[in-house]
Amino acid sequence: MAMALDFSGLEPASLRQHSYSDPAAHWEPQCSFPLPKVADLDGFQKAAVDLLKPAHGTTTLAFEFQGGIIVAADSRASMGQYISSQSVKKILEINPYLLGTMAGGAADCQFWQRNLGTRCRLHELANKRRISVAGASKLLANTLYSYRGMGLSMGTMIAGWDETGPALFYVDSEGGRTKGTLFSVGSGSTYAYGILDSGYKFEMSVEEAVELGRRAIYHATFRDGASGGVASVYHIGPQGWKKISGDDVSELHYQYYPPESQASAPDVVEEQPMQQG
Amino acid sequence: MAHGFKEHATWSPYENNGGTCVAIAGSDYCIVAADTRLSLGYSILTRGHSKLFKLSDTAVMASSGFQADVRTLQKNLEARQKGYYHQHGKPMSCPAMAQLLSNTLYYKRFFPYYSFNVLGGLDTEGKGCVYTYDAVGSYERTGYSTQGSGAELIMPILDNQLKSASPLLYPPRETATPLTEQEALEIVKDTFASATERQIYTGDGLEIVVINKDGIHKEYLDLKKD
Repeated sequence: MAMALDFSGLEPASLRQHSYSDPAAHWEPQCSFPLPKVADLDGFQKAAVDLLKPAHGTTTLAFEFQGGIIVAADSRASMGQYISSQSVKKILEINPYLLGTMAGGAADCQFWQRNLGTRCRLHELANKRRISVAGASKLLANTLYSYRGMGLSMGTMIAGWDETGPALFYVDSEGGRTKGTLFSVGSGSTYAYGILDSGYKFEMSVEEAVELGRRAIYHATFRDGASGGVASVYHIGPQGWKKISGDDVSELHYQYYPPESQASAPDVVEEQPMQQG
Repeated sequence: MAHGFKEHATWSPYENNGGTCVAIAGSDYCIVAADTRLSLGYSILTRGHSKLFKLSDTAVMASSGFQADVRTLQKNLEARQKGYYHQHGKPMSCPAMAQLLSNTLYYKRFFPYYSFNVLGGLDTEGKGCVYTYDAVGSYERTGYSTQGSGAELIMPILDNQLKSASPLLYPPRETATPLTEQEALEIVKDTFASATERQIYTGDGLEIVVINKDGIHKEYLDLKKD
């Protein structure tokens, strides 16, 4: 079987064919992926996932309130039962006013959100203005829809501030795209929803909203084995995003439940004398 | 489909040749190491197979998994590196190579390279850097990493000796580990010796490469052959 190496990146741009009827067409970074020549592609993909255990990321959340948008995430990646990293960046900075979150397949999220960043920049160059959050999320959703059924695993939120104000979209690898004001995605999302839904008020101040996001991630890491590490919180305002905090969740535990009041902490086991006799 | 039963495929394009790789980054050096055993099931195919590959004077890759896929990946990257060098008049930096490796792995997202890689070298400022990958290209810059059969035995030791504050903490805390080159080398040798004791796919020999401003220095030592 001949191996076709992709040298397109080495060709100088001037030698590529120009399409004069649609000059923007050749600027679209086309991605085409080789497929294995097997009868049962789904079975192959499933077997490959079982064999290679690609890294998965887990609890992310984002919500809109009067002061903009809060985006928060944990930082644990697991390959099967093995914790492959405790320091994964799950909040991806697409550009200074757009954030994307990572949940599901780490490689899928990293690759396609970097690709999205490229296409957003090309949009700015071609149209002399920034792309809207709706537009950016649509670009990503359309790409993922075209790979629907191939086994990509992504549950991502695109959050940003554009001419219409703050905007938040949930986009996933099934090809879905939903606008909303509060989302949590990942294996720890159910725990995060419990904290978010009970504490959310649209009129919250920025400090209260940041603390709500932080606590929701902390509680998800407490109960979900696949979430942990550092709880990062970002705020998106009219000037773009800003990282507000990054706290180790084990340190947060002792902040929220200091040793003197361990009795009020969930799931704390009282020290028992060892069984005798 | 015939007669209500499914036929199972018995042929797989993949094999696991075992082996373990480690990389540790220091303030002005980087160590990349891997054992030299090539296995297939319970057999040892050879005791002298190198899993390390020099991509440039500032980047060395170590890969465990399916060595045929590893060799193809190495050739692919070497060709791209040479093309870059001839087009730009300078070798690829380690961070650039890290991104290229990620994209190369993701390009085969639907028929992956069965290859678990660590890339070690010096960044553009001369500081040690280590990049760790999964099989489909997700990657992260870290201070140290290990991949392969012995990874679950070695990683806890490296965490115990080398772990520092997470780069995600904000306000940021100092993340550099003030370990000298000699201390890091001793840790590498000790962890491989330990992993060899309790892991059937790790052993025979250890190849170590040290990258610093003086260039690339190679070392080899024996590991237990049982």
